Amino acid sequence: MTDLITASNITVNRGGKKILDDVSLKVGTSDFITVLGPNGGGKSMLLKCLMGFYAPDQGQVTKANHLKVGYVPQQFSSEHTMPISVLQFLNLRKTLSPNELDKISTETNITDLLHKSLNVLSGGELQRILLARSLIGKPSLLVLDEPAQNLDIAGQLAFYKLLTRIYEQRELTILMVSHDLHMVMATTRRVICLFRHVCCSGEPQVVTKDPEFKTLFGNDMAEMMAVYQHGHKHSHDH
Amino acid sequence: MTIEPFIIKGLLAGVIVALVAGVMGCFVVWRRMAYFGDSLAHSALLGIALGIALGVNHNLSVIMLCSLFALILVWLQQKRIFATDTLLGILAHASLSIGVITISILEQIIDLHSYLFGDILTVGNDQIWWLVVGGGSVLGVLTYNWSSLVLMTIDEDLAQAENVPVARYQMLLMFLMTIVVAISIKIVGILLIASLLIIAPAASRQLSKSPEMMAMIACLIGVISVVIGMYFSFELDTPSGPTIVAALAALFVISFPISRITTKKMRTFLSQNEETRPLS
Repeated sequence: MTDLITASNITVNRGGKKILDDVSLKVGTSDFITVLGPNGGGKSMLLKCLMGFYAPDQGQVTKANHLKVGYVPQQFSSEHTMPISVLQFLNLRKTLSPNELDKISTETNITDLLHKSLNVLSGGELQRILLARSLIGKPSLLVLDEPAQNLDIAGQLAFYKLLTRIYEQRELTILMVSHDLHMVMATTRRVICLFRHVCCSGEPQVVTKDPEFKTLFGNDMAEMMAVYQHGHKHSHDH
Repeated sequence: MTIEPFIIKGLLAGVIVALVAGVMGCFVVWRRMAYFGDSLAHSALLGIALGIALGVNHNLSVIMLCSLFALILVWLQQKRIFATDTLLGILAHASLSIGVITISILEQIIDLHSYLFGDILTVGNDQIWWLVVGGGSVLGVLTYNWSSLVLMTIDEDLAQAENVPVARYQMLLMFLMTIVVAISIKIVGILLIASLLIIAPAASRQLSKSPEMMAMIACLIGVISVVIGMYFSFELDTPSGPTIVAALAALFVISFPISRITTKKMRTFLSQNEETRPLS
C-alpha cells in the first residue's frame, strides 16, 4: 500500500494563532478517513494544506506523483445572478466525453438534472452534482469538506450511501471532513479527531473509547456512539 | 445630410465602451463588485487631477492611481479591521474630495462637468486608440480566461482545487476594472460608470440561459443604449452619460415583460413536446 499524501509535523499560524499544531498524517491507498472535530479546530485548513492550497508554516506535505484529486467544497451557494446549466457547469474547464458523462451521471443519479439551471436545485441535488464533478477524470483520491452539512437526515443518509457505493465500486481513496458523527461511524474506516493537533485516531469503535474523544465531544456523545456502533453491527449480523 | 466625423468618433467610442462594459459588467454583477467599481470610478478624478498636474495622459494616470487604490484596498482588507464597504466608502470619497481640491488648486480651466457626466461628442483620436487597445485587451483577457473566471466565480475553493490561481485572477479582475474605468470616463462620466457596468448585464440576466449568452446580450443592450443615448444627447443637448444611462434603465424595465414572454413561449413549447412524446 503506497501513501497518496503524507503530512509530517505541519503547523499553520493565522493571525497570531496556531490553527494546526504539529499535525502528522498519512493518507494511504483505499483509505476512508474522516476528520472529526469541533468548529475552529482546523479541519478545513488541514484539507487545504493537504491539497496544496496553502503551504504550512512548518512541516511538510508530500504527494504521490501524478496524484489526481477530486474535490467537493464546503459551502456551495449557487450564484443566482449567473445563469448556468448543470451540464455546462460539469463541462467548465474539463472536457467530458459522452461516455464519461453518461457513466458519471448514472452513478450519481443526476441524469434528469443535466439540463436544469444550477440555481434551482435542492441541497441534495447540488451535492450530487458536485460529487459528479469531482469524479471527472477518474481521480484516485476524493476530498470532501463537510459534504452533507446542509442536508436533512434523509438527505445525509442518501448521500453517505452514495459515497460508500462509489468508494467500493471505484476503489478510490476518500478523505472527508464531517460533523455527522453517527453517519461517520457507520461508513468510515478510520477517524481522526482534530482540535488543532491530532487528539486521537483509529477505527471508529476504538476512537469512541479514547479518553481524548470523551474530552472533545463529551462522555454522553462517546457513549451514544458506542451504542450506535453496537446496534449497527448487530443489524449486520442478521 | 452628411454625418459629422465627431459623431462617428463618438459612436465608435460608445460602442467599444458598451462591448467592454457588457462583458466586464457580468463579472461585476456575479461577483458583487458594483460598489468596488463605483469607488474606483470616484477615485479616478484624483487620477485625472494628477494627470493634469504632471502632464501625463489621463488614461494612464487614472489606471495607475486606480491600481494603487485597489492595492491599498486589498492590503486593508487583509487587516480585517473594517468591512470592505466601509473601506471603499472611505477610500472613494477621500480620493474624490482630494481630486476636486487638486483640480481647484491647479487654477486651470477644466470642465469638471464633462468628467463627472461624460462628453461623448468630444472624443478625440488618441482616446479612440486608448479604447481600441485598452478595451480590446480587456475583452481579450476576459475571453481567454473565461471558463476559469466563471468557475472561480461559482466557487473559489473548487477553482483552487483545479489549480486555478484564484488570488492572481482576483487581482487581474481588479486591474481590468481600472482600465474599463479609465477608458469610460469620457463616455459616461465618473459618477455613472458603475451603472454602465451593472444595468446592461442585469437586464440581460432575465433573458439568458448561459454565462456567455448573458455577456452577449449585455453587449447588445449596451450598444442599443449608446446609440439611443447619443441620439438624444445630440438632439436635446444633454450630457451623454445620464442620457445613455437613462436609455439603459429604460431597456432594463422592458427586459421584464420580454423575459416573461420568452419563458412563456418556452414553456408552451416544452409542454407541447411533452404531449406529443410517445409513451415509453
